[in-house]
Amino acid sequence: MIDTTEKPQFYLTEEHHPEGSTMLGFWLYLMSDCLIFAVLFATYGVLGRNYAAGPSPADLFDLTLVAINTATLLLSSITYGFAMLQMERNAKAETLFWLGITGLFGAVFIALELYEFIHLIHEGAGPSRSAFLSAFFTLVGTHGLHVTFGIVWLVTLMVQVNRHGLIPANRRRLMCLSMFWHFLDVVWIGVFSIVYLLGVLG
Amino acid sequence: MFSNLDLQKFVFGRLTLEAIPYHEPILVATFAAVALGGLALVIALTYYRLWAYLWSEWFTSVDHKKIGIMYVILALVMLVRGFSDAIMMRIQQAIAFNGSEGYLPPHHYDQVFTAHGVIMIFFMAMPFVTGLMNFVVPLQIGARDVSFPFLNNFSFWMTTAGAVIIMMSLFVGEFARTGWLAYPPLSGADYSPGVGVDYYIWGLQVAGIGTTLSGINLIATIVKMRAPGMTMMKMPVFTWTSLCTNVLIVATFPVLTATLALLSLDRYAGTNFFTNDLGGNPMMYVNLIWIWGHPEVYILVLPAFGIFSEVVATFCGKRLFGYASMVYATVVITILSYIVWLHHFFTMGSGASVNAFFGITTMIISIPTGAKMFNWLFTMYRGRIRYEVPMLWTIGFMVTFVIGGMTGVLLAVPPADFVLHNSLFLIAHFHNVIIGGVVFGLMAGVTYWFPKAFGFKLDPFWGKMSFWFWLTGFYFAFMPLYVLGLMGVTRRVSQFEDPSLQIWFVIAAFGAFLIALGILSFLIQLVVSFKRREQLADFTGDPWDGRTLEWSTSSPPPEYNFAFTPVVHDHDSYWDMKNRGYARPVSGFKAIHMPKGTGTGVILSGLSVAFAFAMIWYIWWLAALSLVAIIVVSIAHTFNYNRDFYIPANEVVETEDKRTELLAGKV
Amino acid sequence: MSSHAPVHEDAHEAHHGHSHGHEAGHGSLKSYMTGFVLSIILTAIPFWLVMGGVFESRAITAVFVIALGAVQMVVHMIYFLHMNTKSEGGWTMMALIFTIVIVAIALSGSFWVMHHLNTNMMPMSPEMMKNMP
Repeated sequence: MIDTTEKPQFYLTEEHHPEGSTMLGFWLYLMSDCLIFAVLFATYGVLGRNYAAGPSPADLFDLTLVAINTATLLLSSITYGFAMLQMERNAKAETLFWLGITGLFGAVFIALELYEFIHLIHEGAGPSRSAFLSAFFTLVGTHGLHVTFGIVWLVTLMVQVNRHGLIPANRRRLMCLSMFWHFLDVVWIGVFSIVYLLGVLG
Repeated sequence: MFSNLDLQKFVFGRLTLEAIPYHEPILVATFAAVALGGLALVIALTYYRLWAYLWSEWFTSVDHKKIGIMYVILALVMLVRGFSDAIMMRIQQAIAFNGSEGYLPPHHYDQVFTAHGVIMIFFMAMPFVTGLMNFVVPLQIGARDVSFPFLNNFSFWMTTAGAVIIMMSLFVGEFARTGWLAYPPLSGADYSPGVGVDYYIWGLQVAGIGTTLSGINLIATIVKMRAPGMTMMKMPVFTWTSLCTNVLIVATFPVLTATLALLSLDRYAGTNFFTNDLGGNPMMYVNLIWIWGHPEVYILVLPAFGIFSEVVATFCGKRLFGYASMVYATVVITILSYIVWLHHFFTMGSGASVNAFFGITTMIISIPTGAKMFNWLFTMYRGRIRYEVPMLWTIGFMVTFVIGGMTGVLLAVPPADFVLHNSLFLIAHFHNVIIGGVVFGLMAGVTYWFPKAFGFKLDPFWGKMSFWFWLTGFYFAFMPLYVLGLMGVTRRVSQFEDPSLQIWFVIAAFGAFLIALGILSFLIQLVVSFKRREQLADFTGDPWDGRTLEWSTSSPPPEYNFAFTPVVHDHDSYWDMKNRGYARPVSGFKAIHMPKGTGTGVILSGLSVAFAFAMIWYIWWLAALSLVAIIVVSIAHTFNYNRDFYIPANEVVETEDKRTELLAGKV
Repeated sequence: MSSHAPVHEDAHEAHHGHSHGHEAGHGSLKSYMTGFVLSIILTAIPFWLVMGGVFESRAITAVFVIALGAVQMVVHMIYFLHMNTKSEGGWTMMALIFTIVIVAIALSGSFWVMHHLNTNMMPMSPEMMKNMP
C-alpha cells in the first residue's frame, strides 16, 4: 500500500478509520488504578505490623467470613462471564438476567464487608486505632469503594441496555465494565492473600 | 436545640468572616487589582457580546487545538501568579537583613514559597506541557482529533478547577505553609490545623484527575490514531517524547493521588499513616511522594527535549542527528526515572547501601541525557543554522541545561548531598534545569508553533528581548544561590543574621527583576504581534520550512485538520513530501465525521470546585450535595449517545477552495 | 510495530454502527468455566492451609499463600480478562508488563528503603515496635 518507488501516495482519498481506542484507553485507566492499589499495598506492607499495642490481625479477622466474601466475588465474576457470553449471542434478556445476578453478588459482598467493618469499629478496632488498622481499612475500603462504583455502573448499564438494546456502544461499555469487574477480582486476590491470610498467620 | 452558633456551623462549616484576610494590605491590594481586572474583563466580554461565542466555540469545544490553546492560556495566567510569588520572595530576602523583618511576616512568607512551588509545577508547567502536546501531537501524527475528545475537554476543565481552588486560597482563608510537597507531620492535623493544607490537597487532587485522564487520552491517541505508514520509528521526536511523558503521567500521578488521599485521611478521618504516634510513619509519605515526584521532573522535561529536537532539525535544515538514539535515550530516561527517587532524601537515614544504589542510578540517568545533547550538537554541526527566536531559546537551553545537569550529578553524590541538602544550592540546581530546560523549551515551542495556531508569526524583536532578559535574568538570579548554598544558607528562610550574605541576595533580586522584564517582553510580544498580524501573516501554513506533518495543513488548521488523511513514508514526513513532489489535493473532498462539543466538562468542573470548597471548609451539606450532583451529571452524560456529526462535503470543499485560492494568489 | 488491523472502528467514542467490538478477545463457556474452577481451587487451598494449620512452619505456609495468589492472578488475567499478546496489537500486554515492573519497583523499593530506615533510625526489635504506643 505504501512505499511505491515510482509514484508515492501521500494521502488517502477514502475516509480513514483508525481502530477504536476505547478498550486500550480503558485498559490504561485500569493500569493507573493498579498503581493506586500498589501504593495502598506498599503502605500496608510498611505499616501493617505497627499495632501500637492494639489488636493484631489474628485477634480481629474472621477467616470464615472472608472465605464467604471471596466466594461471592468469584461467583459474581463467573456470572459476569455468563452475561458476556449471552451478549455475544445477542440475547438481551439473558444478558440482563446475568448482569442482575452479578450485581446481587456484588451487593452481598459489599454488605458483608460493611458488616465486618462495623463489627471491628464496635470492638474498638477502628481506622484510627493504629497504623495497621488505618492501612487495613483504607486498602480494603478502597477496594470496596471500587466494587460499589462498579455496581452503580452496572445498574446504569442495565438501564441503557434495556432501553437501547445491545447496540455497539452498549457492548463496548459492557466490555469495559467486564474488565473493571475482573480487575477488582485480581486486586481482591492480593487483598485476601496478603492482608487476611498472611495477617492471621502472623 | 439549634442555637445560632450551631446553625452557622452547619451552614458555613468553619468558614467565618475572619477567613477573609482584609487586615493584610498586600492581599487587599491584590484582591482589588484582581477584582477590578476581572470586572473589566466581564464588562468587555459582555459589551462585545462574546459570552455565547466563548461558550460555544471554546469552553464546550472538544477540538484538541482549542483545548491546547486554552491550556496554554491557563499556564500563562498562572505563570504571572507564580512569578509574583517569586519576586515577592526575592525582595523579602534582599531586604530582611540587619534586624529588619522585611515586609512579609513569616506566616505569609511560608505561604508564598509553598504557593510558588505548587503553582509553577502543577499549574504553570503541567498545563503548558499538556497544552502543547494537545495542540501538536494530533497534527503531527495526521489525526483529526484525540482518541477521546470529550475526555480531553473534561481534563482541561478539571485542571482549571484545581487552579481555581488554589487561587481561592489567596482571598478566602490561607494557603499551606508547608513547602510544595507538604511533608507530614508538619502538614498533619496537629501542626497544620487550618485550611491551608486542605486547599493544597483538594487543588492537586482535582487537577490530578484531569492530568491522569489527559495522559491516558494522549497515549491512546498516539498508539491508535497515527496516519497510515507512520510506524513507531517514523514518529516525529516530539510525538515520541509526548508518548513517554504521558506514560510517565499515567504511571505516576495515581501514586500522588493515593499518597495525598492517605494524608487527607490523616487530616479528616484521624487515621495514623503519617502521624508521629500510634504506629504512623511520616517517612513513608516522603518515600511515596518522591516515587511520584521524580518521574514528574521528567514529565516536564521530556516534551521540552522533543521541542528542541524539532526546532534544531527545522532551523538547521537537516535531519535530526541520531533519530534512533534519541528515541532510545527517551525510553531509557522514562524507565530510569523510576529508580532514582531516593536521591531526594539521602539524608533521611536509609544507610550507605541504599544511598549508594540511588546515587549510582542517578548518575547513570545523565548518560542518555548527555547523548541527547550531543545529538543536538551534531545536528547543528555543518547545518545551515537560522537564528530565529526558537533557535535562540534552544541554544540558551543547551548552555544552561548542561550547567544544571552537572550540578545535578554533583548532588547525586550522597556525601556531597549531606552538605548541600535543603540548601540554596539545591534551589539553584532545580531552577537551573527547570527554567533552563522546561521553560526555555516551552518558550521555544510557543514561538515555533504560534503561527500554526493563529496564522501569523510572533514579532521577532520582542521575542529576542524576552529571550535575552530571561537568559541574563536567570544567571543573575540563580548563580548567587549556588554561592549561597555552598556557604551553607538553607532554603525557605525569611530573615538573615549575617550581613555579608546580603549582596548575593540583592544580585538575585536584580536577576528576578530581569526575568520580570522577560515575561513582560513576552506579553508585549503577544500584543505587538496581534497588532502587526497583517505583516507577520503566513499563508503557506509552513512558515519555517518545517519537516513534520503539522506544517502540511493550513494555519490555523481547519476544524478537521486534514481534508485527507496523510500517508507517511519517513519520520520527517512533510520534508519527504516536499522533496518528492507532493501536490496538495484540490478536489474529491468528502464529508468528515467529527465529535460534537458538550458543556458537561464545564459543569463537572464547577461542581468539583464546589465539592472541594465544601470539603476544605467542612461544609458537609454542600459536599454531599455536590458529590451527588457530580455522580448524577456523569451518569446522565452517558445517556447521550448522540456525540458526533458530519461536516458536510460542500463545507469542506468551501474551506479547501479558499485555501487553494490563497495559495495560488500568494505563492 | 504499528498494526492496522482490518477491524474498522470509529476513532471517537461515537460509532458508525459497524463496529463489532472485537477489540478484546472473548472467552467461550469452556474457558470461563476452566478459569472459574481453577480459581476456586486456587482460593480454597490457601484458605485451607491457613485455617487448617496444615504446615508447622509459618514461612512455608506464607510462601504457598503468596505463590498460589500469584498463580491465581495469572489465571484471572488469562481466563477472565482475556489477556494475550495479540489483543490491541500487543499494547495491552506491553502496558501490563510495564505496570508490573513499576509496581514491583515501587513495592520492593519502598520496603527496602523503609526497612533500612527503620533498622538505622529505630534501634529496637520488631516485637518492641509492635507494642510501641
